[in-house]
Amino acid sequence: MTSISQDGDRDKLRSVSVDLNNDTPLLIDIPDALCERDKVKFTIHTKTTLNSFQKPDFSVSRQHEDFIWLHDTLVETEDYAGLIIPPVPPKPDFESPREKMHKLGEGEATMTKEEYTKMKQELEAEYLAVFKKTVQVHEIFLQRLSSHPAFSKDRNFQIFLEYDQDLSVRRKNAKEMFGGFFKNMVKSADEVLISGVKEVDEFFEQEKTFLLDYFGKIKDATAKAEKMTRSHKNLADDYIHISATLTTIAADDNEAFKSKACISNVCVCVQKLEARVASDQELKLTELFRYYMRDIQAAKDLLYRRARALADYENSNKALDKARLKSKDVGQAEEHQQQCLQKFDKLSESGKKELTSFKARRVVAFRKNLIEMAELEIKHAKSNMSLLHACIEQLQSN
Amino acid sequence: MAASSERSPPPFPELEDQELEPELEDEDSDEGADIFTGSTLSSMDPPLPVSTSEPDKDIFSGPRAEPLNNPLSETAAEQLKAVSGASSKAKGDVPVEEAGSEEPDDLFSDPLGESGAELETHTSNAPLLDFSEEPPKSDPIKKAASSVAAEKKVLHTDLFGDGVDDDEDKDDLFKTPPGAMMKKPQASLFRAEPDDIFPEAKTEAKPATKASAKQPNNAPTDLFTEEPFTVMPAARAAVKPAAIPSANTSSKTNGLHSDEEDLFAEATVELSLDSPRNDRRKRDAMKPSEPVPCPSTSTSSSKPQPKKLEELEEEEKEDKFDLNISVTNPEKTTLSMFRSKQLTVRRRFSDFLGLYEKLSEKHSPNGYIVPPAPEKSILGMTKVKVGKEDLSSDEFVERRRAALERYLQRVVSHPSLLQDPDVREFLEKEELPRAVSTQALSGAGFLKMINKATDAVSKMTIKMNESDVWFEEKLQEVESEDQQLRKLHGMVESLVNHRKELSVNTAVFAKSVAMLGSSEDNTALSRALSQLAEVEDRIEQLHQDQAANDFFIFAELLADYIRLLGAVRACFDQRMKAWQRWQDGQNMLQKKREAEAKLLWANKPEKLQQAKDEIGEWEGRVSQYERDFDRVSATVRKEVMRFEKEKTRDFKKQIIKYLQSLLHSEQQLIKYWEAFLPEAKAIA
Repeated sequence: MTSISQDGDRDKLRSVSVDLNNDTPLLIDIPDALCERDKVKFTIHTKTTLNSFQKPDFSVSRQHEDFIWLHDTLVETEDYAGLIIPPVPPKPDFESPREKMHKLGEGEATMTKEEYTKMKQELEAEYLAVFKKTVQVHEIFLQRLSSHPAFSKDRNFQIFLEYDQDLSVRRKNAKEMFGGFFKNMVKSADEVLISGVKEVDEFFEQEKTFLLDYFGKIKDATAKAEKMTRSHKNLADDYIHISATLTTIAADDNEAFKSKACISNVCVCVQKLEARVASDQELKLTELFRYYMRDIQAAKDLLYRRARALADYENSNKALDKARLKSKDVGQAEEHQQQCLQKFDKLSESGKKELTSFKARRVVAFRKNLIEMAELEIKHAKSNMSLLHACIEQLQSN
Repeated sequence: MAASSERSPPPFPELEDQELEPELEDEDSDEGADIFTGSTLSSMDPPLPVSTSEPDKDIFSGPRAEPLNNPLSETAAEQLKAVSGASSKAKGDVPVEEAGSEEPDDLFSDPLGESGAELETHTSNAPLLDFSEEPPKSDPIKKAASSVAAEKKVLHTDLFGDGVDDDEDKDDLFKTPPGAMMKKPQASLFRAEPDDIFPEAKTEAKPATKASAKQPNNAPTDLFTEEPFTVMPAARAAVKPAAIPSANTSSKTNGLHSDEEDLFAEATVELSLDSPRNDRRKRDAMKPSEPVPCPSTSTSSSKPQPKKLEELEEEEKEDKFDLNISVTNPEKTTLSMFRSKQLTVRRRFSDFLGLYEKLSEKHSPNGYIVPPAPEKSILGMTKVKVGKEDLSSDEFVERRRAALERYLQRVVSHPSLLQDPDVREFLEKEELPRAVSTQALSGAGFLKMINKATDAVSKMTIKMNESDVWFEEKLQEVESEDQQLRKLHGMVESLVNHRKELSVNTAVFAKSVAMLGSSEDNTALSRALSQLAEVEDRIEQLHQDQAANDFFIFAELLADYIRLLGAVRACFDQRMKAWQRWQDGQNMLQKKREAEAKLLWANKPEKLQQAKDEIGEWEGRVSQYERDFDRVSATVRKEVMRFEKEKTRDFKKQIIKYLQSLLHSEQQLIKYWEAFLPEAKAIA
């Protein structure tokens, strides 16, 4: 059971990856989360001026699966086909810190008590960081929905926010899981098929190639950044061991290694800083990349839907031609063709708007995160430096 | 091998011989070990079908080492070549003999000098004489040029081929040499090997005997008259192809070539001789009178030759390389005992080991802490030797250089070691005698290992009731410190590895970010991303440098001190040994006193005097031992104090250096990120 309250650093945590306009009539945050075994219960707090809600201020408890449900319903809604639907937050993953904790427990005998405590602290910090991150991505998902003019008025979304009982969404059963898998297959096959359809709008053509390219690159970058932060963390862990050993040596040896005691202190500090550098890098850079990877996927989905509509339109054109040739059901075909055209036009229009805003949003988010990361790096390096400086001076003086 | 086993019960010819042989053996093992400079052993194994490699070398390298230095050898070899060339048609005719007989004279005069002389004691019977002269003969040739070596190999096979004819005569002739040879293996550790040695011995003897059979009058010149047969090279080489698939021969020679790269010339030729001959010998035993058809031989014999020439060059390079691994440690000295203020000498790694051996032999019984030399790294050396332009080998060389430098610094910073003539010699002298028995894989190394093991056992059995608490505490302290340092060393190594990993990952990430930047359509963002990539690139370099610093400053320091603590423990052991001697002496004195009392009681005045003398002697000894022990104790105490002071200073210095390196990388990091910040802000 872990429970965190993050009122203090809410400002910091909020909208790390997306810049959101805080003046919306709908303000959502997740002030609290509760972890029970595999399930994480998020407390969602909403403040609103909209009168479609019964109360201006209320909170509900939701699970990760509820978020998935919300996302799915949004995807399935026809009207939103022309919008970039915010990517669903990833499933909370506490496996790796848990595993590490387990390993640590096994290796307890080989470590000194001090070392063990430090490692444990480190792991707890990591666990907490993962927890916070999870909360954050869920919060961002909701905030993006609330800041969007169309989604904020969605009925399901409002229910999600307001209904004070357990939503008790049915978990996906095996058949549905398989169905989803099948749908994905069909989708990717369809993507290949309709890729032959001639693009009428240059903007979309460009956007499509760009997104495809970008997606690949950002995926790669995410993986690499993850690897980098992981090895950085390993490095930080090494410092723990070193400092612990140094401390024992210093304790063993009263006079000769007096200097070592302070070195070991330095090591601890260096370790903490290194760990912080690693986790900040993770938070600022890796998370950014990861988020936009998913976002781009969403944008790609939008493009797919549009392409699908285009293909439909062309098919309906063909059908109309055929109908005219046979002079049978011409009216029906015409109507269908008109519908398709309308749908396609609507999709194109909103898609264009969405993609442009997406681009702007991305640039802004990148800027913000990069600046923050650079600042943090500088901050850590500076504190590290002053620490080392102090230690060197101390060593030289005695 | 049936034939050989029949002969194996050795009829020893003379007592002298037997006495001599072991002596020779001692020399052998040292020199022979040189051949295996560590790693090369492994590369040597494959080409040799029979495991003769070790004993063979032992047998020959001894006598040959001396001739190797012989200035004559080169010219002689050249002449020899000429002779062999000229005589190619002659095939063992008298004129050729004459031609050959000139050089052999001077060739032999020297090489025989030392080792040969010893061997000459065999001369009691003719075949032995020949045999003893065989080795020196081959030496000059080896030394000269590898091409000659190739010829030589062939030569031997020839000789042998000829020998086939008069096989029966030889049988009796052999009997003695093998016997003599057999003596060695039995004496030494390699008891299992006699069989393998045996062929070698015999083949050696065979050419000689053959020669003697032809010209029984003058043995030395004889040997050279055989050069003419070199010619036949081909002819004889063909003997092999006839029975053994020809691929076999070529592969064999190839394998041998690779050996030669590392080995010194002595080894080289020896090896190239072995395997073919052994094979041949076996073959001969089966079909001694097989006719020798040789159509394609010329090609097979000429093929190895050019190759060998190439190898010679390589060998020289490699040799030099070996020598180059020296510490550039310009010694500026004001001490009057040195001749000049600045000295530069070139030393091999084994010289350092040799220095350590000498110093530890001299000083460690007195309780001094002799700084241990860096360990041999067979793996690293192999890498250096095999992959020349490898980055890791550069690192290895640098690592070793740094370690050697620190080692020397430690030696010269020790007040009493600095006074040692060996140290001075090491620093001053242009040429050092080759350090011996420093090889990890040699008979001597093996013996050392055994000695160490017995030492450890005896250490366990000695129960010392410690009179001085200080020593007890210190020893315990040292032991626990050793453990801690080992642990710490492991950690730091993993730190180094992780940092290296991080550096690699950062590089990969930088590349990936650069790619991302290239496909970004917002120009400012794209620029920022490529800047970020650059920053990450630099950080990667930073991590890499820091990893090197971690390693060279921190990890190596710890490794050094782990070794040094070993030396400290050794000096405690020495003290314990001195104590043990003293106790033993006391016990002995006690016994003598008791014996005297008994004698007194039994009233035996004639023995009483002797007993009294003994007591007096032992009293003197005991007091000597006691003084020794006290002296060792005092030295150990002083040394440990000194060591600790040094250690504290060293650690402080190194750690400050290490922290400064960390500081420096942090500074760089700040610089990089600060440069990046405006770029990030410029994204619009």
